[in-house]
Amino acid sequence: MLSDTDRRILRHLQTDPSLTSAELSERCGLSASACWRRVERMQAQGILRGQHAIINWAALGWEVEVSLRFTIDKTNPRAFDEFLAAARAVREVTEIQTFLGRVDVRLHVIARDMAHYQQIYREKILTLPHIADIEALMQVAVIAEDESLPI
Amino acid sequence: MIRLDDTDRDILRALQEDATLSAGEIGRRLGLSQPAAWRRVKRLYDDGAIRGQRLDLDHEALGFGVTVFLGVKLATKGRVSLEDFERAVRAIPEVQLVHHVLGLYDYRLRVVARDLADFERILRRRVMTLPGVGEVEANVLLSEERRPGPL
Repeated sequence: MLSDTDRRILRHLQTDPSLTSAELSERCGLSASACWRRVERMQAQGILRGQHAIINWAALGWEVEVSLRFTIDKTNPRAFDEFLAAARAVREVTEIQTFLGRVDVRLHVIARDMAHYQQIYREKILTLPHIADIEALMQVAVIAEDESLPI
Repeated sequence: MIRLDDTDRDILRALQEDATLSAGEIGRRLGLSQPAAWRRVKRLYDDGAIRGQRLDLDHEALGFGVTVFLGVKLATKGRVSLEDFERAVRAIPEVQLVHHVLGLYDYRLRVVARDLADFERILRRRVMTLPGVGEVEANVLLSEERRPGPL
């Protein structure tokens, strides 16, 4: 089980993952070695699994982001696996989620502009196997994006 | 728009996998000197090609067993109601992401909860009481993959 000190470390790391271990230990009020031991233990336990850079796609010229929500034709028992394998092969897909609910799968798709999106949609999305229905939500603005857990 | 060469793209891919890689390690992998790798990494952050870092935490181990994606439609529209809704939704600690979208819904939300009972509490007390909220659709997350995208 996590102690309050472990939670404090994770809270500070969530707020600013780029902290150096010296900065982190100072903010947590711990010695550098005590702080590092706890971080290493949480890594070993699989609680802290990794740290990933988030790409700013818009700054790289990928202006369009669309959330595509699929209903899969479940009459074929291989439908999910085949759909997901094909979706992984589409470079412009940045996230794949599966759900319990009205939506079976969501793909987050990026494109350079609307014409490019149209091309990806026709050539790479509509050709994915076992689609029963597709709905698109076009992203207009990011109001909040902070995957921190309220720990 | 930021122009990248192949080495920049390789660095972005490596940092997507592991944002804690040192410049020395990146340099070794890509055949660059440590200072050259450091300069490129710094430029990618300074120019905004990387907009931050994401911690990958074991949600379950931290007591958050349920993630739900919500589609929210506003019942009343207009500039005032959008701003009221956005201000209020940002104040809910369990809400990790709010995207303003065009389509079947006006907003898509990502919500974490301890379990389904906790989610029901958040939905009834926090989400359904948001100003202007109309129809809400919930899909419970079963699995998730982040893809490298078109680098």
